Amino acid sequence: MIRPSRGQWAGVALLLLLALFALGVPQLIPGDPTRQSLSNALLPPGGPFPLGTDAFGRDMVLRLAAAIRLSLGIALLTTALAGVIGVALGVLAGACGGWVDRALCGVADTLLALPGLLLVLLLVAIAPGQFWPLYLGVSLVLWVEYFRMTRAAALRIAASPAVEASRLLGFGPVYRFRRHYWPELAPITLTVGAFGSATSVMSVAALGFVNVGVRPPTPELGQMMIELMPYYNEAPLILAQPILVVFLLVLALNLIAGGKTQ
Amino acid sequence: MIRPILHRVAQAVLVALMVGVLTFALMRSLPGDMAWRVAAGRYGYDITDAAVMEQVRHSLALDQPAALALLSWFGDLLRLDLGVSLISELPVVDEIAHQLGASVTLALTALLLSVLIGPPLGVLAGLRPGGGLDRALFALSITLRALPQFVIGLLLIYGLAIVFGLLPASGHGEAGHVVLPALTLAIGLAAVSSRVARDATVAVTSSGYYRFGETKGLRPLENFLRHGLRNIAVPIVTYLGVQLVYLIEGVVVVETLFAWPGIGHALVHAILARDVPMIQGTALVMGLMFVLLNAGVDVVCGGLDPRRRAS
Repeated sequence: MIRPSRGQWAGVALLLLLALFALGVPQLIPGDPTRQSLSNALLPPGGPFPLGTDAFGRDMVLRLAAAIRLSLGIALLTTALAGVIGVALGVLAGACGGWVDRALCGVADTLLALPGLLLVLLLVAIAPGQFWPLYLGVSLVLWVEYFRMTRAAALRIAASPAVEASRLLGFGPVYRFRRHYWPELAPITLTVGAFGSATSVMSVAALGFVNVGVRPPTPELGQMMIELMPYYNEAPLILAQPILVVFLLVLALNLIAGGKTQ
Repeated sequence: MIRPILHRVAQAVLVALMVGVLTFALMRSLPGDMAWRVAAGRYGYDITDAAVMEQVRHSLALDQPAALALLSWFGDLLRLDLGVSLISELPVVDEIAHQLGASVTLALTALLLSVLIGPPLGVLAGLRPGGGLDRALFALSITLRALPQFVIGLLLIYGLAIVFGLLPASGHGEAGHVVLPALTLAIGLAAVSSRVARDATVAVTSSGYYRFGETKGLRPLENFLRHGLRNIAVPIVTYLGVQLVYLIEGVVVVETLFAWPGIGHALVHAILARDVPMIQGTALVMGLMFVLLNAGVDVVCGGLDPRRRAS
């Protein structure tokens, strides 16, 4: 087990703090993040609305908490799905070699031929406003990185004398995976997963920002920015909130992944 | 030299196939009646009735079976015919030809700016690892990488266009208009390429051949130009290839933010209006632009690094 660095601890702490905010707010402040109240539009932070209200008088605390839950939820689901598929296929390709390897690499290369966001955009166009194209699109983009990293490591591990000995002694594939592959793959999986989650958060926000992602009134960080942009002069503090949240989310995930360039 | 070219050609074919199949699925899975939507988009919701709808359905061949549509799209593609926009009724090729120039201008300006900003700063930081500039750049790079492109764009608009009034916030036509969108993309690219340049510089300056250059009496600048620069350039240009994804994705978002009349902007609009031929055309051209830029990176890498040409 590699000991996490200080930066990684900071990232974990920041992420936990954000998750705590997202999960704790609905417990402490009951209310509906989509409830409008036009007489309370664009209130500054303070009073009954700790973080103010948006242009429709909706409570920003509730909206931010819901938006973080949405972003983190999508990130968690997509990285988990992409991680399981990517690691499984990566080990398969690396350990089997031959035509299995070539076929899987072909699939990965095909997906890499198109920039990720373009792929997600095309899928989102198929079913606008629904969640499955987001999950599917982002997962399709993310698994390739898992696959490539895992495959590279698996190729090396499969050729090692330890695995060969293990096979000659008659240990099955499940045991070999647990004993030889997983200990080496786990740290890679964590790094790729953290970067992948950051990509997922950014993609969902970008889609919301260009108005093709999650539909209003569901609170979503990118969409909140585009909604609040016309009021940058009247309510700069309100506009700054979703921006700050996206920044902190991605920063936390990047810190967990490690300060190195990808 | 033949293999990489073949690889890129294969990639281009894959892009066409993928865009084709996806937009085909898109066409078939649209909820509601496509003909009605198109008719309403063209003539307005008030005067659209069943007769107009049938006419549109017939003229756009929306009543034909699915497989036929896919086959005919690939056939048309081979003849460079991308069909007709469902909304504007203009050929998609003409519309894209109109927008491509704006997107290419933006992408290339951004690439140029990022190369002017990122690597020089990175090299300066790498010559003195652990120094003030190195640490400042590291912090800046981490911060910038945690900001999505549109947030960088928003901050630039706020800072440069609104507070100081130096540059126009959006628009197209004059030279000044390209600066903010290009700078938005360039800053995001430079945040990473400066780190790559810094790491490459550290690796090169601590290598044996570089030390030997110093030992044999070359002046620092001479040593850097003869033995450092080219070796540092190789990973930077290679990494540029990885960053092209960021550039193309950025074009979509940044064009929308700055109302820049390019392909990315057109793609988002086409998705909102469900203009399938336009979605196909714009996604295809953006994908091909990605492949072409990658091919360019291959060529530059081959030129910089003789070891690659040999292998």
